[in-house]
Amino acid sequence: MMRRALVFLPLAIFLGLGFFLWRGLSIDPTELPSARLNDPFPAFELPSLTEPNKTLTPDDLKGEVALVNVWATWCPTCKEEHAFLNRLQREGITIYGINYKDEPVKAREWLKRYLDPYRSVVLDEEGLLGLDLGVYGAPETYVIDAQGVIRYRHVGAVDSQVWEQLKTVMEQVEAGSNG
Amino acid sequence: MRALLLTILVVLAGPSLAAIDAYEFKDEQTESRFQELTAELRCPKCQNNNIADSNSPIASDLRREVYRMVQSGASDEEVIDFMVTRYGEFVLYRPRVNEMTWLLWYGPFVLLAIGLIVVVVIAKRRKRSAEPGADSSGLSQSERERLNKLLEQDKK
Repeated sequence: MMRRALVFLPLAIFLGLGFFLWRGLSIDPTELPSARLNDPFPAFELPSLTEPNKTLTPDDLKGEVALVNVWATWCPTCKEEHAFLNRLQREGITIYGINYKDEPVKAREWLKRYLDPYRSVVLDEEGLLGLDLGVYGAPETYVIDAQGVIRYRHVGAVDSQVWEQLKTVMEQVEAGSNG
Repeated sequence: MRALLLTILVVLAGPSLAAIDAYEFKDEQTESRFQELTAELRCPKCQNNNIADSNSPIASDLRREVYRMVQSGASDEEVIDFMVTRYGEFVLYRPRVNEMTWLLWYGPFVLLAIGLIVVVVIAKRRKRSAEPGADSSGLSQSERERLNKLLEQDKK
């Protein structure tokens, strides 16, 4: 009996290995889990891009469930997703922007030309807020709750498919904070 | 002449090690710590490079941050914690030993132990299954006698 079971051991090992290797095929290694998940938004005190005299802090992001979008004019994918962000803003979604390692003049021009979907834009010229957030490429989009806690992170452009995912998270967060 | 050549080589060799940016360190120890740390931290953007080798903008930002930290006297752990809280365990080329990485660190030894046990069990079984009195030919006493008888028959 024992011997007969042993005969199937190689098959079992093969199936086990096969399963993990097959899973590995569908995992995108460039997608990193956010180390900041469920942490409050890192502290910052930075000027606003659109109102240079105003200083923004994490308190300015609080109040409701919102998206925080990290973007820059040097980033082609940001251009790609910009129209979609405009659409979301029209649908009533609150989006905050972080202008990451960019030239403010160019960034302001970009918002004039392509419309401004952001409630406010944090000017992170040095990229230090990006560093604290763990940004490793733009665009990145975060879901934050009303207390400014990071609940989700997406790296790459936001399109209708990604939005479905973000929407689900936002609804869950909303339901969680009310209940 | 030779001394001059050597001097030139030594002078040239220094900056080539420092790759892209030229940092001034307060002492040699700090510099070697900087080199070690940047060699051990993985660049989050170009994942097969460490931050010392990579010339992506994020790697250069991280180098600047490591430089700032070691220069201001932060310990190696502080620098590594700083990176891990921002980019996750992923940035460590040598993962820390914790519940998540036990399999990674000790798995090979477990496999080695299993292999050794299997070898020992097989060897023991062989020994036991062989009848007493077996010699190096693997034949038992009775089998040898039978073989001899057969050989005798052939001779006749």
